[in-house]
Amino acid sequence: MAHTVLEALEARLAATAGTVSFAHGLLVAELEPAALPKVVALMKAEFGFDLFLDVTAVDWLGQTPRFEVVYHFYSTQHHVRARLKTRVREEDPTVDSLIPLYGSAHYMERECHDMYGIVFRGNPDLRPILLYEGFVGHPLRKDYPKTQEQPLVPYRD
Amino acid sequence: MSTAGKTIPIASARPQPSSAFEYLTTKKDELIGWARKFSLFPYPFVTACCAMEFMAVSSSPYDTDRFGAALPRFSPRQADLLMVVGTVTHKQAPVLLKVYEQMCEPKWVMAFGVCATSGGFYNNYAAVQGIDKIIPVDIYIPGCPPRPEMVIDGIMRLQDKIAHSRHPIVTGNF
Repeated sequence: MAHTVLEALEARLAATAGTVSFAHGLLVAELEPAALPKVVALMKAEFGFDLFLDVTAVDWLGQTPRFEVVYHFYSTQHHVRARLKTRVREEDPTVDSLIPLYGSAHYMERECHDMYGIVFRGNPDLRPILLYEGFVGHPLRKDYPKTQEQPLVPYRD
Repeated sequence: MSTAGKTIPIASARPQPSSAFEYLTTKKDELIGWARKFSLFPYPFVTACCAMEFMAVSSSPYDTDRFGAALPRFSPRQADLLMVVGTVTHKQAPVLLKVYEQMCEPKWVMAFGVCATSGGFYNNYAAVQGIDKIIPVDIYIPGCPPRPEMVIDGIMRLQDKIAHSRHPIVTGNF
C-alpha cells in the first residue's frame, strides 16, 4: 500500500511523464531526459522531496538507448522515497544537472561522470573526483576491461 | 651541612675494582643488528580496515612494545619501519612512494594484510596488485585481516632478518 503522498504524485505524473509504478514501497517513474528537471522541481516544491539521495547509472550494453540514469529522492517530511529513471544514448549521454535544485548534486554528478561518463549539462565542475587526472575511460561501463589498470607510478621489475 | 657533629658520607670518585665484565667482543654487524632490531620505529601507512587489527596488535594485550616496535612516528623521516596497512589504490600509489622515499636509511617495509601483499580480492581498475610493485617489501603478512599472532610473528621474523643482515655504517652515500 503506497503512501498517500506517493499516490498523489503518481496521479500527477501519470498525466505528464512516462510510466509510473511502485516497487518495494517506493515510487518508480521512467521519464524522458527533457522532462527530468521539471518533474524534479515539481516533486521538490509540491511533494516535499527535499533530500537528493543519489544519482547513478546503469549500463545496458547492447540496448539502445544504452545508459539509464537513476535518481533517488527522499522526503524528510513524509518519510517516503521516489526513484526516477531516464535513458540516454551512447553517442550523447547528456542530462540536465540538478544543481539549481540541490547543491549536493555537485559531487554526486561528478562521481557518476567518473564512473559512467554521463555528462550533466550545467554542472560547472566535472573533474574526476574518485578517479585521477589522466584516467582514460569510465571503469564501471560494461565494456571497460575488468582488470585493466592505469598506474600512476611506474612498476618495479 | 652544619648539623652539629654529623658528617655526610661521600663515595669515592675512583672506581673500585670489581669482578663485573667491562669488555665485550662481538662483530660490528651483530651488535648494530641487535640494537636496530629492538628499536623499530614504525610509520603506520593505514588505508583500510586492517587498521582495526593494527590497533589491536599495538595495544594491550598483544602489545608490540614488547618487541620494541610500539612507538609510531607520524613523520616518515623519523621512522624506519613502514607498515602499509590496507589496500593501496592507484590514486594513492604516488603518496606511498613519496612516504617511502622520505624515510631515512636504514628502512624496512612490512606489507600488512592481503591487500598490501597482493591486492587481495580487489582485482580491478582501482587497486594496486601488491605494494611490491611500487616499493621493495621485507616482510609480508597475509590474512584478511591477519591475526595479531601473525603480525607478531611477522615482526619477529623481521627482527631475525635485521639481526642477520649487513649493517654498513659508512656507505658511499654518506
